[in-house]
Amino acid sequence: MSGESLRIGFIPLTDAAALMIAADKGFAAKQGLSLDLVREVSWSNVRDKLNIGLFDAAHLLAPVAVASSLGIGHVKMPLLVPFVLAANGNAITVSPALHGALTLAAGGGDLADPKMSSQALARVIAERRKRGADPLTFGMTFPFSCHNYLLRFWMAAGGVDPDEDVRLVVLPPPYMVDSLSSRQVDGFCVGAPWNSVAVELGIGHILHFGNDIFARAPEKVLAVRAAWSANRDDVLKRLVAALDQAADFINNPDNLDELVALLAAPNRVAVAPEIIERTFKGRLRIAPGGPFRTDPNYILIGRDGAARPEPAHAAWLYAQMVRWRQAPLSPDFLAAAKACFRPDIYDRSLGASAGLSVARSDKIQAFTGQPFDANDIAGHVAALQAELKNR
Amino acid sequence: MDPALNIVIVDENPVRAAILADGLREAGYTRVARIEETTSLLTRIYSLDPDVILIDLENPSRDVLAQMFQVSRVVKRPIAMFVDQSDAAAIEAAVDAGVSAYIVDGLKKERIKGILDLCISRFNAFARLTNELERAQNALSERKVIDRAKGILMKVKNVSEADAYAMLRKTAMNENKKIAEVAQSVVTAAELLK
Repeated sequence: MSGESLRIGFIPLTDAAALMIAADKGFAAKQGLSLDLVREVSWSNVRDKLNIGLFDAAHLLAPVAVASSLGIGHVKMPLLVPFVLAANGNAITVSPALHGALTLAAGGGDLADPKMSSQALARVIAERRKRGADPLTFGMTFPFSCHNYLLRFWMAAGGVDPDEDVRLVVLPPPYMVDSLSSRQVDGFCVGAPWNSVAVELGIGHILHFGNDIFARAPEKVLAVRAAWSANRDDVLKRLVAALDQAADFINNPDNLDELVALLAAPNRVAVAPEIIERTFKGRLRIAPGGPFRTDPNYILIGRDGAARPEPAHAAWLYAQMVRWRQAPLSPDFLAAAKACFRPDIYDRSLGASAGLSVARSDKIQAFTGQPFDANDIAGHVAALQAELKNR
Repeated sequence: MDPALNIVIVDENPVRAAILADGLREAGYTRVARIEETTSLLTRIYSLDPDVILIDLENPSRDVLAQMFQVSRVVKRPIAMFVDQSDAAAIEAAVDAGVSAYIVDGLKKERIKGILDLCISRFNAFARLTNELERAQNALSERKVIDRAKGILMKVKNVSEADAYAMLRKTAMNENKKIAEVAQSVVTAAELLK
């Protein structure tokens, strides 16, 4: 087994944990790989440096991997995903003022129910329009991100048109909290730890965990250039094996303290250990000075088959792009999107047993609407958009 | 060269932005504006309506610009990033220097080439300047540590300044270390023994 050095770009977020642990706990070294993890400040940088070959692999927003492969929003660069680094992990946070308005609009209904909260949002927006107030503004991290699609899906379910009734703006995650406190935005959808930071500062209420909207959505992936992978099957298999072992380490509760300490390091996520710990426990304080909410599915790293790249998931991400007019609907695009997620590499690396949970893991399970069918994206989009128009 | 081109620089570093803006003006581009604040970046960009946007790669707001590529009612004009496969060398040079450029769709590549080349050389010049400054600061702090170590040795060993320095240099040579490293150990030890 020859030693191979890989340069891998990442954004300092808890969902890059499998990469960090594979590098820092020797799982990569055991596979004869040496990982050089490079911290980046923007998804655009990660994508561009992967594109031009400065990185061999990257921690990437799952929709960016699909968009790059299709050549939408940017230069076309076919990418492959042999491993999903994390599913879920996001939350929707709103300002205390908007939370108050939603509570009032819900009229005693349970805001924890996304159907109720999205309808309350529609009422708040109608009321604001009547009195000539500015549209509500929501922050998300990137046009091709589950954060964008989560917010849009949730809003549309309540009859809110995300392109007409609100302003959606891209904000780098470190600026989210500032923007909420300075009232530049009324709410945002972002990953850990930023929702918890807003709650601790007393300027935000976590309205929903991402998995309230989509029970399981591919969030971050490990991506490589398709051309690069051509004669590196063995390297990819070893990388997947190292990430799988890192995920096992992460999911063992006995390792929590060590995991949190490793991730809190300045060259990794570099935030307070107790905030990182909340993410892995799925236990988040949801209101300033208020109660904690625990959900084991808040973030999934390699558990329950979450790491296996399902072509149906890539198709679902593509369907979101079609729904929100980021991409045209075409059979070629659908095929290219599906080809981006490679369960075959994953299975070859980890053996057939890894595929056991497939039936369970290829479901997105949104809180409303029909189950997603990758063979009928037109029907999926039409049904959801009809629902939006009928409100 | 087209002096009518409207250029916007997004950079939080005022010195580098100034170096860049000066270079562009010297080259005849008179319409150069700088945006430093990160809030409402897109609103500022839309109001300036630039033909070319230059942004520092270390600026997290690069992702904000990604929104300009989206078809939406707020977009005035489509903007494309100056990255396409045929220009691999130019892109690598730009990324190495730490600069990224976005241009209004339809602007000819030849017209932007000069601007990008100029930016790359200015960014590199700025990086060199920063490195030199860092080296100078390091040298200064090394000298301070050596001075303190000399003072300690002179007091404890009751030797002259020249002898104290000779002791540091000899130890450094024997241990194959830098004089500043040995001086630092002397200072640390003296602090521990205080």
